[in-house]
Amino acid sequence: MPDLPYRIVIGLEVHVQLLTQTKLFCGCSTQFGLPPNSATCPVCTGMPGVLPVMNRHALELAVKAALALNCQIASFTKWDRKNYYYPDLPKNYQISQYDLPFSREGWLEIETSAGPKRIGIIRVHLEEDAGKMLHDEQGGGRESLVDLNRTGTPLLEIVSKPELASPEEAKAYLEELRLLLRELEISDCEMQEGSLRCDANINIHLPQGEGQLVATPIIEVKNLNSFRAVERAMKYEAQRQYEEFQRTGKKLGEVAKATAGWDDARGVTVIQRRKEEAADYRYFPEPDLVPVTVDPAWLERIRAGLGELPAAQRQRLQKQYALSAYDADVITGQGRAFVRYFEEVAGRCQDPKEACNWLSNEILQMLNERKIAIQAFPLAAEALAELIRETKATGLNKQRAREVLARMLETGSPAKQAIHDLGFKVVADEGQLVEIVRRAMAANPKAVADYKKGKTKAADAIKGAVMRETKGMAKTEVVQQLLLQELQKA
Amino acid sequence: MSERTAVEYLTLLDRGELTSESLTEQFLQTIRNRDPKVQAFLHVDESGALEQARLVDMRRKRGEPLGTLAGIPIAIKDVLCTAGQRTTCGSKILQNFVPPYDAHVITRLKQADAVILGKTNLDEFAMGSSTENSAYQVTRNPWNLERIPGGSSGGSAAAVAACEVPLALGSDTGGSVRQPASLCGVAGMKPTYGRVSRFGLIAYASSLDQIGPFAHTVTDLALLLEAIAGHDPRDSTSVDKAVPPYRQTIEQPVRPLRIGVAKEHFGKGLDAEVEQSIRAALKIYEQLGATLKPISLPTSPFAVAAYYVVATAEASSNLARYDGVHYGYRAASFENLIDMVCRTRGEAFGQEVKRRIMLGTYVLSSGYKDAYYVKALEVRRLIKEDFDRAFTECDVIMGPTSPTAAFRVGERTADPLAMYLSDIYTISCNLAGLPGISIPCGFTKDGLPIGLQILAPPFEEEKLLRVCRMYEQETDWHTKRPKL
Repeated sequence: MPDLPYRIVIGLEVHVQLLTQTKLFCGCSTQFGLPPNSATCPVCTGMPGVLPVMNRHALELAVKAALALNCQIASFTKWDRKNYYYPDLPKNYQISQYDLPFSREGWLEIETSAGPKRIGIIRVHLEEDAGKMLHDEQGGGRESLVDLNRTGTPLLEIVSKPELASPEEAKAYLEELRLLLRELEISDCEMQEGSLRCDANINIHLPQGEGQLVATPIIEVKNLNSFRAVERAMKYEAQRQYEEFQRTGKKLGEVAKATAGWDDARGVTVIQRRKEEAADYRYFPEPDLVPVTVDPAWLERIRAGLGELPAAQRQRLQKQYALSAYDADVITGQGRAFVRYFEEVAGRCQDPKEACNWLSNEILQMLNERKIAIQAFPLAAEALAELIRETKATGLNKQRAREVLARMLETGSPAKQAIHDLGFKVVADEGQLVEIVRRAMAANPKAVADYKKGKTKAADAIKGAVMRETKGMAKTEVVQQLLLQELQKA
Repeated sequence: MSERTAVEYLTLLDRGELTSESLTEQFLQTIRNRDPKVQAFLHVDESGALEQARLVDMRRKRGEPLGTLAGIPIAIKDVLCTAGQRTTCGSKILQNFVPPYDAHVITRLKQADAVILGKTNLDEFAMGSSTENSAYQVTRNPWNLERIPGGSSGGSAAAVAACEVPLALGSDTGGSVRQPASLCGVAGMKPTYGRVSRFGLIAYASSLDQIGPFAHTVTDLALLLEAIAGHDPRDSTSVDKAVPPYRQTIEQPVRPLRIGVAKEHFGKGLDAEVEQSIRAALKIYEQLGATLKPISLPTSPFAVAAYYVVATAEASSNLARYDGVHYGYRAASFENLIDMVCRTRGEAFGQEVKRRIMLGTYVLSSGYKDAYYVKALEVRRLIKEDFDRAFTECDVIMGPTSPTAAFRVGERTADPLAMYLSDIYTISCNLAGLPGISIPCGFTKDGLPIGLQILAPPFEEEKLLRVCRMYEQETDWHTKRPKL
């Protein structure tokens, strides 16, 4: 890709819904998809005289997430009221955290084409979600409807430093965050269900004058409904800012920060009316809740329960199994259960590379087709390991091995049995193979002649003929080797 | 007959000399006779109350165990949610609000088998010192119907003073139980912040509000406090501390007793007759062996200002929910959402409520927050430290509850600041979270009640009640009743 005439600077603000049974300040269910206003109570609907009570499990999950994001956990934290009026916020204030969030200063490592990169995290804090509004989008003038089921659901707000340097990095950050939080069972991170929401702050830096860099005004892009949309929107907006700067020359600080909505259908950002002043939320400490002091022993217990996180896992897989960075990323990206399966197969067949090949290709494809996770896969790790061992021992080629796998899944029989049932017998005798090779060469004089002229690819036609005759039961590497040998002699 | 104390009625009920039904009917009759003049009640639940009373009588007859307030009628300030019954907060904006839940203290009263007679009048959203800010009616002082009963719990204080009920609950944010108690010649108490659950108390200022009892005597206060105090998991600011059996120790005098007398409580603005009564009360304590210790609470001059910054800030946020969207009053016509909210709140909030919301919004707003809100919090800390220091030298602090006796209806409504200064002696107690009581200690020559305020360190209600009882044993102010 050609170098851009500008540097992109992106910061992401992500909200994830925590996987608690109940809301952050009351006992209502957080279950998705319930009938409107059925999971509510006087507390989350903000009736007169009610009081919030903090959900301890929510705090535990929040701390777990912050630890996994390498954050400092505050020993003392408190709740604040963020005051603004909106029908989906029944109290007309949101209980959030302002100046003493429970965690700050962390990082998330992502894989980039230039290797691993740490993206800084400014803070992670807890707050309650608002409800949902349903507007008459057609502009038919009907009433707007309010569903308060979601009001009070615990949200984790994760604010990154503006250290993402490309749309691809932004997408990678979101994917890594999703992997991490799903593995730790902190959140589902489903953008379609709204359990992960993302707003992106973006501007560009471009050279101006004698080696100086100028920055464009920051735009906050909202209405991003998928990771792909984030990537596309960032690419579009960066370019749009570049073109706008050419026209207007407006720099960072000269205009107020504006908001833009991403129109996925048209593939454009639409600037909303610039607000000259930031909203004044009149934050003050929530008097109905007591501050929280974090018990160090409790913190350590959570830290100890984190287990191996994806970044460390990738490194270990590369070191321990000599996997490439790419392969390690694929395996890790499928989650802890998948990694466990991989490690079991690799250990039993003693060939991590083969294990990786099978898992990243055939097995993953099957899981996707059947729409299941590895835990539901009917083939035990040992069975796959046996297939790999048998394939290597007999010299069965990949094509045939796939047929064996299919048979194993169909009948539940072990590899050896399946191979026998399919009648696969490998032609291993070299003498036999040499004869077949010579016959194939004799049948394809043009190919041989082309090869001698320097067209090395011509040998493939002869190899194909050999494989056909052996019904694919020969080791391709051996055939290749013998063929080259004979071609040299010819 | 309606002039007795709850303790006396309990004895009569227990002995079978009285039924709860007849007692309740008696009080209902008193209300019918007197309340058209006193205007203490916003709603009276005659049939409900009689039914509750009959049930208690039936259970008593069967020998079933009964709660500590079994069969005793009680009135509730209309700032506490009562399930299935209108709870208006003295405001138009909640004129038809029927809560689907009981406040914690209401649940406790029901568990104690009390008979809830009805809801009493108050300054709208508990904001006021005279009960003139109610959207519905002005309650009159039973000792002089031209005068105010005090506020914001004026209805509850007047109901007890007029013998329409023997017990009532109010709420106290800056003196709203103690001041009306003083002006109406009854006993009123604000417990330590966190002693009584605020769940179901419609919030005015969350860090200052506490629910408090009204009665003729301190033993009745103790009875009611025992019934409502204690930890509630639904209120994170309610403290998990055991509730002492206050009535068990209340007859024991406190000896030795060091009484702190703050010079700041006896300065300009204190009415001469009030001062005279207070000094006489202090003399009686001295005769009982107590020592008076002069103390200083130097941050006192800033208390009213700090209060009106902190309380209004919290109130501006607590009252934001009244917007016509989910419940309560909604304007009849409007152009759009913002217009609806503005009209709803404009039409249905009273002047004083609007004034305090605006003040509170202002002190929290960007550019002013540090100078006002944060500064007020700092002053609040200093006020608390003043008390901490004082209580190392004395057991309780005594002084006047109110600088004057009851003023006339309409006398101070033109000058909000003059009204605010009614709370000058009571306000610091809320800022510091201390318990405080007002007990009757005399009358002006015009026959208006005067109250003695006693403050104690946090969670020392037990000692506070005993100290008050010492005075009651030597005097008879608590036996006086108005002629209506």
